[in-house]
Amino acid sequence: MKLMLFAPELLLLLGSLALFFMTTGKVGGKKARSFTLTLAIANIFLCFACLHNEGMLFFDAYKIDFFSQALKICISLGFAIVLLFSTELKGIKDEVRPEYYLFMLMSTIGLIMMVSSVELLSMFIALELSSYSLYLLVPMREDRAGLRMQMESAIKYIMFGVVATGIMLFGMSYLFGLTGTTYFSELIPAMHGLMGNPAAIVAVVMVLGGFLYKLGVFPLHFWVPDVYQGASNETTAFISSVPKIAAVAMLVRILALVTPEGKSLVTLLMVLSVCSMFYGNLVALVQTDIKRMLGFSGIAHAGYVLLGLITLQDSGYATSLYYITGYLLMNLACFLVICQVAQDGENLAIDDLSGLHQRSPLLALTLAVGMFALAGIPPFVGFMGKFMLLTGALKQGYLLLVILAAINTAISIYYYLSVVRVAYCNSPEQRPEVVVGGITKSVSLALVVIIIALGIAPNQIIQIATDVVRTIQ
Amino acid sequence: MDFLIMNSMDFSILSTVMFLPLAGALVLLFIPGDTAAKNWALLVTIVTALVSLPLYWNFDITTAQFQFGEHISWIPSLNINYTLGIDGITLLLILMTTLLMPLCVLGSWRYIEKRVREFMICLLIMETSMLGVFMALDFVLFYILWEAMLIPMYLLIGVWGGPRKIYASIKFFLYTLAGSVMLLVAIIALYLKTGSFSIPAMMGQEYSSNFQIWVFLAFFLAFAIKVPMFPFHTWLPAAHVEAPTAGSVILASVLLKMGTYGFLRFCLPITPEATLTFVPYILWLSVAGILYGGFTALAQQDMKKLIAYSSVGHMGFVTLGIFVLNTQGVEGAILQMINHGVTTGALFLCVGMIYERTHSRELSKAAGLGTYMPIYVTFLAFFSLSSLAFPGTNSFVGEFLILAGGFADYKVIAACAIPGAILAAAYMFRMLQRMVWGGTQNPDQSKMVDLNMREIVILAPLLFFVFWIGLSPAPFMDVMHASVSHLLSQVGVVSGDGLSVAQLMIP
Repeated sequence: MKLMLFAPELLLLLGSLALFFMTTGKVGGKKARSFTLTLAIANIFLCFACLHNEGMLFFDAYKIDFFSQALKICISLGFAIVLLFSTELKGIKDEVRPEYYLFMLMSTIGLIMMVSSVELLSMFIALELSSYSLYLLVPMREDRAGLRMQMESAIKYIMFGVVATGIMLFGMSYLFGLTGTTYFSELIPAMHGLMGNPAAIVAVVMVLGGFLYKLGVFPLHFWVPDVYQGASNETTAFISSVPKIAAVAMLVRILALVTPEGKSLVTLLMVLSVCSMFYGNLVALVQTDIKRMLGFSGIAHAGYVLLGLITLQDSGYATSLYYITGYLLMNLACFLVICQVAQDGENLAIDDLSGLHQRSPLLALTLAVGMFALAGIPPFVGFMGKFMLLTGALKQGYLLLVILAAINTAISIYYYLSVVRVAYCNSPEQRPEVVVGGITKSVSLALVVIIIALGIAPNQIIQIATDVVRTIQ
Repeated sequence: MDFLIMNSMDFSILSTVMFLPLAGALVLLFIPGDTAAKNWALLVTIVTALVSLPLYWNFDITTAQFQFGEHISWIPSLNINYTLGIDGITLLLILMTTLLMPLCVLGSWRYIEKRVREFMICLLIMETSMLGVFMALDFVLFYILWEAMLIPMYLLIGVWGGPRKIYASIKFFLYTLAGSVMLLVAIIALYLKTGSFSIPAMMGQEYSSNFQIWVFLAFFLAFAIKVPMFPFHTWLPAAHVEAPTAGSVILASVLLKMGTYGFLRFCLPITPEATLTFVPYILWLSVAGILYGGFTALAQQDMKKLIAYSSVGHMGFVTLGIFVLNTQGVEGAILQMINHGVTTGALFLCVGMIYERTHSRELSKAAGLGTYMPIYVTFLAFFSLSSLAFPGTNSFVGEFLILAGGFADYKVIAACAIPGAILAAAYMFRMLQRMVWGGTQNPDQSKMVDLNMREIVILAPLLFFVFWIGLSPAPFMDVMHASVSHLLSQVGVVSGDGLSVAQLMIP
């Protein structure tokens, strides 16, 4: 049954078609949201149903295996969580809300297709599908202040994005030139033989660049703080979490081209990792806008993720995937709070969270758990992930790198803690109570529970991640 | 698993003791009302204390192995296990923790007025993680609990603390966390050498000197900040002063002990060679802490600060005792850890009781209480005497053993620590004199009510232990002999009868 292999994508595609017809009429944002949400949740179940499918599609350019199917679940989950807590979509005008959901859906389709593509061009097309939809989401924010901040962000996002894609395409042309194929199944053995060749390393680095951009690794991070600040809260929640999972998955896939012989590549990634960590953490220290702060923290976390990738081993890749999944959850927990606290979808300063534990105890708890988890304090998933990343890297003998990462943990705690401090120790003054809907409550509770559960019982998921990584070797 | 005697009781007692408070905290989420929350927290802590008592009756004092062991595989891919067990070093610390917690709850009965339920939840989570730190025999488990503890403690200080709570809580958190990140790197490095996170398996291995020194330094930074040793002590007065009474008690009685416990459990047996290298430096730092703490305490006007600085001095004695590396010294240090927990905890509770009445911790405002609060000053006097190691009280035994151990091997250093004991008398008597009699210009204390039944119930057990340990320390010393001799043999120090006892008892 070839149709079953493509079922999740097909469902979303048909859904987006329906949503497209809805946007041509006068459908309000509410209807569009409930349609998209139904679709997203149905898609999660479908992804689970298709978890163990295996097969090739589209002239072998599209591979269905455990790797792709498991990641599709993560992406669909992230998509659904964002939809669940962005109930009101406060930052977007009602007329464009159906379109907003349409593009978000398209972007998710792109990501879902990306993790399945095992051929350079289909990978490129999937990436562009998801990227262009995201580029469009950013300027859709309602322009209340008249500063046109969202336009600036969108332009920056698309400009940097196009350049990064250009670099990636250039790298792909090198790969094709060196090996005469665009299929990963043929590229891998061919590239393994070419590891001594500088052109091969350059090609791989350039292809990696496209995804390092998505992940926000130094020096391809310039878009991160501005886009985070300019885009509406819900958009940022999506951009900052879901595409990053796909990006890490693709990095893992591309790094399969490299053998330990390609030392210079490892050194490069190591330098990028250290730069990302230090740059992200140090700049985050002085931020006052919470989304900007989370943006810089995201850069630092991208640096941590690279710690797993540089080991060039299955266990390291598995840890990276585990970590980025954890990051998705912790990040979404923080954004859930931001979206709820922002009354009209405005940007929040950190001080706006003052006294949150009196205004809404549950949100304050969610925020605290999210922040402590991001900081890497046990018993949350952030600690376990970081611990495993450090163990893996030290196993390979990167002592200095591990020490620098540990120092970064100590630096980062300050800004995460200041957010918790503001939420718990400051008085709310005149700030109003935050009313939280029932669904959002259960989502935030679920996030807290999952963040703790993944932290204390990581064994299962690590096992799954290892199996996932093994399937692509 | 040759280091572990598995639990032979009907139920897994260590897990029960450890997780009862956490379970209580979860139930507390669904209990509405402040009074109900207090009663429930009291009930949970008392039950935990009662359940923990059989540990003492069933403890086998003839062996240095870890007892009541539990061992479950946790994360097999990294060989991380859920291993619990206690030996003579931790038994008393665990009992002290479980027995102190009901008193902490009682001590917060009136002190905490807002968000009582959340406060009690934090206390109970604290108890679980503190007990877990002492019981854990797996380094990852230990580290998780060691770090996780910071969150409830941070909230205790940051939410329910005094006027400078934000500064104090952030400083506490940052200091302790920054100290422990290198501990994590050291743990991973040790894991890669031994292939296991089991703490006993890491002991007695042949590590290179260089490796030992780096690991020791990483350990030392984490534990010295927790103790806190001079010059890492600056977070302590801030945190103590701003924390609510229960927070101060937990901080002084249990949290500080984790630092010294870390020295005993990790530094000495895992990196013995590096320990011997660093002994002189640490001893001098201890002496510096003793004298510095004493002199600073002498100058304080704030009662909590006074006791906080006295803690720096007392913990200096403990580290001194640990690093003289002979039987008397180490046993004295362990006993002194318990003593400090009892005495300083009691003193903080005493200060808290005054604070509840006057909302001030100023020594001058609490002058001349003797006439109006006779019961209170009686308690205070005994605890102060205990704090300055008056013969007949608990601290005398501990401090005497430490100094005896010190004079046996390091005469000059021990002689330098003696003025610390005199300073302790000076600052404690200064406080006592002011509070009981005061001067000619005492504030009007006639409105002060003496202790009520609840407060007497809080202090009486502590006073009981002050005299019990002071007059008959044998039941407390007996449990630690075997473990201490084993520990010293691991460090490779031959000390009088210590080694022979170890040889007799460990086949």
